[in-house]
Amino acid sequence: MASQILYALPFLAKGFALTLWVSLLVVTLSLVAGVLLGVGLVYGPAPLRWAVRIFSDTIRGIPILVLMFFVYYGLPAVGLHLPSFWAAVLALTLFKTAQVIEYLRGAVASIPKGQSEAAMAIGLTFRQRLTSVIFPQAFRRFLPPWINGVTDAVKGSALVSLLGITDLMQAINQVIGRTYEAMPLYILGALIYFAVNYALSLASRRLERRFAFIRE
Amino acid sequence: MSDATNASPALLDVRDVSKAFGAVEVLRSVSLQVKRGEVVTVIGPSGSGKTTLLRCVNFLESYDSGSIRIDGKEVGYREAGTRQRRSERDLAAMRAETGMVFQSFNLFPHLTAAGNIMLGLTKVRGKSQTEARQIAEHWLGRVGLAHKADSLPAELSGGQQQRVGIARAVAMEPKILLLDEITSALDPELVGEVLAVVRSLAEDGMTMLMVTHEMAFARDASSRIVFMADGGVSAVGPPKEILAAETSNERLRTFLARFRASHF
Repeated sequence: MASQILYALPFLAKGFALTLWVSLLVVTLSLVAGVLLGVGLVYGPAPLRWAVRIFSDTIRGIPILVLMFFVYYGLPAVGLHLPSFWAAVLALTLFKTAQVIEYLRGAVASIPKGQSEAAMAIGLTFRQRLTSVIFPQAFRRFLPPWINGVTDAVKGSALVSLLGITDLMQAINQVIGRTYEAMPLYILGALIYFAVNYALSLASRRLERRFAFIRE
Repeated sequence: MSDATNASPALLDVRDVSKAFGAVEVLRSVSLQVKRGEVVTVIGPSGSGKTTLLRCVNFLESYDSGSIRIDGKEVGYREAGTRQRRSERDLAAMRAETGMVFQSFNLFPHLTAAGNIMLGLTKVRGKSQTEARQIAEHWLGRVGLAHKADSLPAELSGGQQQRVGIARAVAMEPKILLLDEITSALDPELVGEVLAVVRSLAEDGMTMLMVTHEMAFARDASSRIVFMADGGVSAVGPPKEILAAETSNERLRTFLARFRASHF
């Protein structure tokens, strides 16, 4: 049994690499899109605010799995054929973007109005107020839920196996299919996911301390 | 001193400013002038429009009609009479000419005392880090906090935070300093250190418009006192005249009587 699993390790490693690649893409793309749309939601003109609000509420109201199947099996009906990998990345990114929008909105809303006013009073322009006063403070409140969301993204990436993509989850299932060693392999898989997420939450705690306003 | 040949004799010239929040008129045709080097104090019961007036002067609030000029230049709108707001860039430049100190300090919590002062100097005044740091240290020294330059606001007492707030405002060399109930959020024993700083700035000739409930301070430090009631200016005059118990202005008399009753 052990030798069979050892034999499968390179295959599992490839699956793991794909899991990390999907997670990295989803986390990066959703961060960029979510922050831009989030700023639009807080400071944009009314039509943009409505559009972002509708987008976010709609996406967050749909299970990721439904979203993924919709992108992969549904969109071809309107002429958009995406390879399974990109369909999965798009669906996960849409889902994550909606979350990032809400983290950003919440973080910015938590900064007292007096901060903007004090920044205005010394003559900072809108852009300067955002970059020098609001964002540095909002960042600290954005970070904890966002890192939480990153670990969710790593775990959620296991769903791409349902589109036949050989990520860590799919690789494990395939090895089980050959070896019938379900228990040890699922434990191994769980340990790998856990290790990644535990490392992330450690990193997040360090980051939070680094950006605390009170020195320890 | 800057050129004394300016067309407008008053540095701050507020004329017939009115403002309503919905159906509530918070400012009713308020007019008020502050000359260069003058310290003008606004007193009045809460809800009389004092703070709103102050916030209109640096356009943290817009107003519905009337005109506010600083050094002859209309503040929030392109021209008196029109309601065309200035551009964001223009407004920022105008606000840099007025300093404001807030009741709740509003220091930037992620920046040190020196950092709070340096932000406007580097971003708005275009000073180098080194130069801004020197100016920040100078002003921290003036408010007695030279040793706290690298402390974060959370590490300072309320009185110290407010002194940094004052230093942040005056370091920009504003034409006029607006003080909005700057001691109201402080413990009584910390009020004195903040007022001492304001007094020394007044002695240096800083033009100030302040809202305060510190009557003794208003009496000692002001060139003139403005009494506001129900959104309008009800009385203006030298402190002795305004704070005299036997004033003929009935509202002012009631206000002062109530004030005295609550402070003795």
